[in-house]
Amino acid sequence: MSGETVHAAPASSVSEKAVPGWFGLVPAITLAVLFLIPFAIMLSVSVAHRVPGGFFEPGFEWTSYERLLSPFFGRILYTSVAISAGAAAICIALAFPFTIFLAGMRHRVQTLVLVALLAVLSLSEVIIGFSISTLLSRTAGIGNLFAAIGLIDGPRSYTPGLFALMTGLCYLVFPYAVLVLYPPVSRLDPELRDAARMMGAGPLRTFFTVTVPLMRAPVLGASILVFVFTLGAFLLPQVLGRPNHWTLSVHITDQAIFQSNLPFAAAMAIVLLLVALLLVGLTLLLGRESGGRR
Amino acid sequence: MTALSLRGMSKRFGSLAAVDDVSIEIPAGCFVCLLGPSGCGKTTLLRLIAGLEEPSAGSLHAGGREITTLAPNRRDFGMVFQSLALFPHLDVADNIAYPLAIRGHGRRARMERVETLLELVQLPGLGARRIHQLSGGQRQRVAIARGLAIDPKVFLLDEPLSALDANLREHMQVELRQLQQRLGVTTLVVTHDQKEALTMADLVIVMNEGKVQQAGAPMKIYRNPANAFVAGFIGQSNLLPCTLGSDGSVDLAGTRLALDPQDRVKTKPGPAMLSIRPEDLRPDPQGPITARVAFIRDLGESVQIALDFGETRLQAVFAPRERPDVAIGDALRLAPAPGGIVVLAPPEAPAS
Amino acid sequence: MTRGLRLFYICFILFLLALPIIVVTGISLNEGRSLRFPPEGLSLRWYGALFQEGDWLQPLRHSLIIALSASLLSVTIALPLALYVWSRGNWLGRALHTLGIAPFMLPPVITALGFLVFWVSVGMYGQMLATIISHAIFLVTLPVVTISLGLRSIDMALVEAARTMGASRGQILRGVILPLIMPYIISGFAFAFVLSLNEYIVAYMVAGFTVETLPIKIFNSLRYGYTPIMGVVAVLFVALAIVVFGLIGRYGDLPRLMGSDRSGER
Repeated sequence: MSGETVHAAPASSVSEKAVPGWFGLVPAITLAVLFLIPFAIMLSVSVAHRVPGGFFEPGFEWTSYERLLSPFFGRILYTSVAISAGAAAICIALAFPFTIFLAGMRHRVQTLVLVALLAVLSLSEVIIGFSISTLLSRTAGIGNLFAAIGLIDGPRSYTPGLFALMTGLCYLVFPYAVLVLYPPVSRLDPELRDAARMMGAGPLRTFFTVTVPLMRAPVLGASILVFVFTLGAFLLPQVLGRPNHWTLSVHITDQAIFQSNLPFAAAMAIVLLLVALLLVGLTLLLGRESGGRR
Repeated sequence: MTALSLRGMSKRFGSLAAVDDVSIEIPAGCFVCLLGPSGCGKTTLLRLIAGLEEPSAGSLHAGGREITTLAPNRRDFGMVFQSLALFPHLDVADNIAYPLAIRGHGRRARMERVETLLELVQLPGLGARRIHQLSGGQRQRVAIARGLAIDPKVFLLDEPLSALDANLREHMQVELRQLQQRLGVTTLVVTHDQKEALTMADLVIVMNEGKVQQAGAPMKIYRNPANAFVAGFIGQSNLLPCTLGSDGSVDLAGTRLALDPQDRVKTKPGPAMLSIRPEDLRPDPQGPITARVAFIRDLGESVQIALDFGETRLQAVFAPRERPDVAIGDALRLAPAPGGIVVLAPPEAPAS
Repeated sequence: MTRGLRLFYICFILFLLALPIIVVTGISLNEGRSLRFPPEGLSLRWYGALFQEGDWLQPLRHSLIIALSASLLSVTIALPLALYVWSRGNWLGRALHTLGIAPFMLPPVITALGFLVFWVSVGMYGQMLATIISHAIFLVTLPVVTISLGLRSIDMALVEAARTMGASRGQILRGVILPLIMPYIISGFAFAFVLSLNEYIVAYMVAGFTVETLPIKIFNSLRYGYTPIMGVVAVLFVALAIVVFGLIGRYGDLPRLMGSDRSGER
């Protein structure tokens, strides 16, 4: 790293000379210390010895990982994947046409919609959980509305339950999904669709023979990213779901904060991290392949 | 027979009229160039004809049938887009066969047609190539082949050659024209390049600010521009403010010019605009125009001389043999060639 | 599909997204302590209460201090990072870029737990400074992305021209590059600020029991007693986000900033 500062950079590009080499050093050290080291510590904590009632003491034991091999944990993992995959699928199915329509709107309309999406995106799970649980509650929710227009007999609550949880997760990731799909969709040359129309394809046919094949890689990438994102939801399953909907992330929080079992929480986090890294890596690979074809 | 007939077509985007009350009849088999500067509405007009935009007013008829609001996929037109819009996920053959597949043609029939078309555009055997493996000129040909795949009733091209370099562009202009003559397909090309229009078209439609300025055969427009915009846009022209007298003469800032019977007068006596092509200014010791040589360009095939004539700058072009023996600063007397002058209405003051 | 149908779909989805916010707004206007929708009696008293009741005022103060310091800090880290990555394509540049993008790509629970064990090990667990630094690292991705976008849009001819006119590296940086990317720096800061204000899990794991922020306070209220103030906070957060992103949209090219290049180079 320090070599960078001493070497006179070859005059290969002008931008190279525009920034001194030590500029890279400051963020490199900061991020290494504050982002990489925490993960290293987490790795060591995951094999540390748990001190009941306290935090942990250094050690090397597989106890925490062995607990992960239990059927109980297997069910948690299955629940997490099933719920996240379901939410991601619903979300992408809604977000893909939304993004396509959005990209075809006038610049001004796009700006307004993006502001709305960013505002929703910035809401944390806490606020979303609170808002959705209120929306679906008995005293303040849409149950009142349905009852008022005679759809159901009396006000009722839709939370907690799988429906509430799925609604919340979709709400959480929808803006994210649109914003991930937005760059590739808006860069899609509109003349390609015009061309298909001129050659006799109707709107649906155009969508399935031109838009979908061209967007296959970005949509798959977005699905994976959204999946990872929902996998990380730690609060909505607690607020909107029943205990049997608790995902891995909920259990990590629970173990870390309320059970004070940091080694077990760390071990679960490492597993989640590996799953996430694997999937994100896959996304990057997909992106490169589709990029190389151009 | 009329292939396309546009009646009072307009397209407004907000308060802007991109196409303003355009009416044209296009004969079958005709090669039409829509010519104008960028932003003049020519591409919008083409998209209106294609059905990709809906007109704000007016109607469109093809083959005697009204198609103003017919969906673009029902029109059986062919189109080549400015970006070419070749599908990157399909190979060359599948791109060309796309409109045939949409119409349910069998695989064999499609592949036979693709072979014929590839030969037509001189790319035999390239059907299996991917689009990104082709050069710019090859992509151009594939796009043309695709546009022609269904024997379209009308063939539309939006600045199809703008991405090519100058040499290839001139070559493709000739080729496209020959192809069109062979097939006899009614063709509309949008271009901002007046040389391209003069090379290819039977009928040139000059547009500016959404309106048709003049429509006619290329040479007719060149020799006989309808207004100052057309005179300045097609070829080079000296445009001089003048006063048209009622006795068939013009006053050019104090210089009196008698008009030849072959000269054309398209305005009433009073303030006017005189247009004369650089090649219509001849050196003449008795000529009425005396100007001072400001710059000389010896280009080999021709000599271009820029002259100061009062406040205005004149351009004259001579064959090398006719080059007057002058140097910068010399006075040169010139006479307009008979029939070289067009007297036009003065340009309207820009509405403000 | 016709234009009208498309617009309807977009509006319908936006309506669904707005629905919880509408209900929460209604709740925040309740006269009494109950969470009713439609509200029983309209009143702004809970908006006043947020700024008067000590147990809400303190989290509000914490949240603002943390968001402001953390977003400043994250821009301070992101700016040299983005400049370095932009100017050099070497391994360090690529590694730094990945490091800059990673915090936001991973499930936040993992990052939060990482910070938890880190601050426990360092002995700063439960301190506000720990929350600030954690947020700065967690949200560094946002300014990194916006600033990188700004740098990519710089015409290199401008830098070359400045060099031929005798400007030194520092002068080019200060006089040419920084002014050009200033809007991107500001939007990166705004993004980080809004998201830090809303952030829950990292703040909770790092110092949840000692440094209460508004999201933590809301979460605790979810467990130990609802009050319309929760609605007030949610409404204010949404309003603030709309103002901030609205301003970015008003004075900048938001579609471009979000990765559409229709208005751009091609």
